[in-house]
Amino acid sequence: MESYRVHLTGVGGQGTLLATTVLAEAAILAGYHAVASEVHGMAQRGGVVESTVMVGDVKSPIISDGEADVLLGFEPVETYRAMRKCSADSVVVSNTVPVTPFSVAIGMGSYPDVDKLFDFIRGQVKKLITLNAQALAEEAGSTLSTNIVMIGALANSGALPIAKEAFEEIIRIKTKAKFVEANLRAFELGFSAP
Amino acid sequence: MHPLLTEEAGKKLLLLGNEAIVRGALEAGVAFATTYPGTPSSEIADNFFRISAESELYFEYSTNEKVALETAAGASVSGLRSMCSMKHVGLNVAADPLMTLAYVGVRGGMVIITADDPSMFSSQNEQDNRIYARLSNLPMLEPASAHEAKEMTEAAFEISEALELPVLLRTTTRLSHCRGIVTIGPLKPAKTKAVFEKDSARFVTVPAHARVRHGVLLSQGEKARDMACTSPFNTVIGKGTWGIVTSGIAYSYVADAIQDLGIEDRVKVLKLGFTYPFPEKLAVDFMNSVEKVLVVEELEPVLEESLKVAAQTNNIAIPISGKGPELFSRLFEFDPGLVRQVIARFFKVDYTSPKSIDIEEDPEPIQLPLRPPNLCAGCPHRATYYAVNSVLRETKTDAVFPTDIGCYTLGLLPPLKAADFLICMGSSVSSAAGIARATDQKVIAFIGDSTFFHSGITGLVNAVHNKHNFILVVLDNGTTAMTGHQPHPGIEITPPGWEKPSISIEAIARACGVEQVTVVNPINLAKTKGAVKEALESNRLSVIIAKAPCPLYEARMLGTKKKRGFVVGPECNTDCAECVEHFGCPALYRNPAPDSETTMIINDKLCIGCGVCIQFCKKIRPKKI
Repeated sequence: MESYRVHLTGVGGQGTLLATTVLAEAAILAGYHAVASEVHGMAQRGGVVESTVMVGDVKSPIISDGEADVLLGFEPVETYRAMRKCSADSVVVSNTVPVTPFSVAIGMGSYPDVDKLFDFIRGQVKKLITLNAQALAEEAGSTLSTNIVMIGALANSGALPIAKEAFEEIIRIKTKAKFVEANLRAFELGFSAP
Repeated sequence: MHPLLTEEAGKKLLLLGNEAIVRGALEAGVAFATTYPGTPSSEIADNFFRISAESELYFEYSTNEKVALETAAGASVSGLRSMCSMKHVGLNVAADPLMTLAYVGVRGGMVIITADDPSMFSSQNEQDNRIYARLSNLPMLEPASAHEAKEMTEAAFEISEALELPVLLRTTTRLSHCRGIVTIGPLKPAKTKAVFEKDSARFVTVPAHARVRHGVLLSQGEKARDMACTSPFNTVIGKGTWGIVTSGIAYSYVADAIQDLGIEDRVKVLKLGFTYPFPEKLAVDFMNSVEKVLVVEELEPVLEESLKVAAQTNNIAIPISGKGPELFSRLFEFDPGLVRQVIARFFKVDYTSPKSIDIEEDPEPIQLPLRPPNLCAGCPHRATYYAVNSVLRETKTDAVFPTDIGCYTLGLLPPLKAADFLICMGSSVSSAAGIARATDQKVIAFIGDSTFFHSGITGLVNAVHNKHNFILVVLDNGTTAMTGHQPHPGIEITPPGWEKPSISIEAIARACGVEQVTVVNPINLAKTKGAVKEALESNRLSVIIAKAPCPLYEARMLGTKKKRGFVVGPECNTDCAECVEHFGCPALYRNPAPDSETTMIINDKLCIGCGVCIQFCKKIRPKKI
């Protein structure tokens, strides 16, 4: 059985953990074995939040450097920072909207040019998909759905064997009832993003 | 209904390792659960807390791990099934009762969860609590997956009752926080009331009784060793002449590595789940069937040393390796690639690691900004730290800051830099006493409210009695914020249906004998600075309770909405950087726009409207929202 290793990275508050669960549940619904891992605790106070989902015949819940098949980055600098998880065979899906780190806000360091980050990544990996997930989430009706936009883009990346319908079904049954409609729109916008 | 209370046996759920433990306990009919929260164990108790509102389960957040363990022990010696969960360092706090509870044992099954944190994602050390099993002579189980976490928890209750001993179940961060598929079994109704049957020769550990009970413990230990040798959790997987011995989450890395390296027909794995007492007979049979053994275990060489002892005792001369150069480190957690690499090297299998992308090779190297965790916008702790630092600056006073464990430890970071010494829960108070006595420096110690209840009080009594001289600032945000807003004995904003009395930190401080106790709202900068000044001037032991609720907790519990917003006025166009250089609110920062009119800018999405900044900067003013 094929296996797929997905590394997710973002900033506390971006909803990466819900995205992790949606991805793992969709994989299971599609008939795959899945295991995931999350970092809780101190990392959530505005820090980096990393999580993983393994789809297929894998037992280990974490991913070593160079071994991610897919990197789902919710924030450009964090996508770039997590490049060590990727190899030349990886597919990278990244949000283009920066979340300014506190260190930059107080003048310790500056936020790099996002295009330069993506230029480097594009030259290193098999495929890079970028999208303004925040704008698409707003279009869907809720900025809180940014994470689901990202899942939509991942679903359409061709990197995973999970059918679109499995994701939609999980969004219907696993996300909060009052957000289901916005989430489904967000998923569709992410899925059909250019 | 809580999802873990579902009745549908046979159903497959995607559960966090910690949730699987809770389900296992419910399937074993747990009646009584206690904890002190700590990452990575917290979700166990948080689920019990919610479940206790919908079932017969008794659950409490105890004041510390020692109290939690003793309380649960009281239930289990009476005959109820109990669970006590904590993080690894919590077991240090509970070590005193643990050692002697092992002598007297229990009647109702008792399972103690120790959640270790290799790599220290949220901890001050990475001690290996498998050693506690050996120290206490108590059985230990170590699950390797979420499903096993459920199965082993359930089994641990049976083992506990069969041996009349508490059983330790050890997880690590990766196990507690992995999500895996768990097939659930039927729930078992709990026995929720018992009668304590007296047996002072067993339960009152005066030396004459304890001498007898130590012998009982050791003989129960031999029975436990036999159980470990035949336990379904200790199995030999695969065939071949290369041996690997492993336990816990490391097994998942081993299993994947064997598959990835294509050496399934050459490697035999002794997978241990019931790891203490060490299943010697099983290990000897295993070692006799292979040519060499690699031990794959995170942190200390616990299995490795047991194997070496067993080999020596049984005249087995094969090489046994685990920790060492070119092998595994005693530092930090493992990962699949590392385990694959060491296995390949040890058994001389051709293998090249995949080449990972190195951002250092970017032809135009990009300096990446750091993203450390930070106190939230509007956090009252920042206001307190700012007040203390401001007074020290104004009075040109230097001070040493012993600190403690909680969100407020982040006061370590610039620009606040209000942390100089920290070793464990409660150490702020007692270490402050020692530093103040040993030096002529001013000492200002910080402790959170939950930590104060956990282990700050005895240090404060000691400080009064021994006439130590320092300022203790209790950062009272009305919740155990860091671990996920668990209640503590002093909470005033309470969960629905909460009918427990609130215990006043101020009254405790006074009752400890502290004469100068001031309660301030840190959001009021002038009053807080006044209290700090007064404490510095009085030059005697004093307590300042800086009391304001955690805004995240308040918003969640009371639905509190932002009342007002703030803007930076156009006169903010100078070099003044008081706000970023000394206050450091994430909502208030240098305006990044190249042609910006103001030096600073307020991010309206992050700002919660606490209004502390307008008290030190006249250029900031309220706006209507």
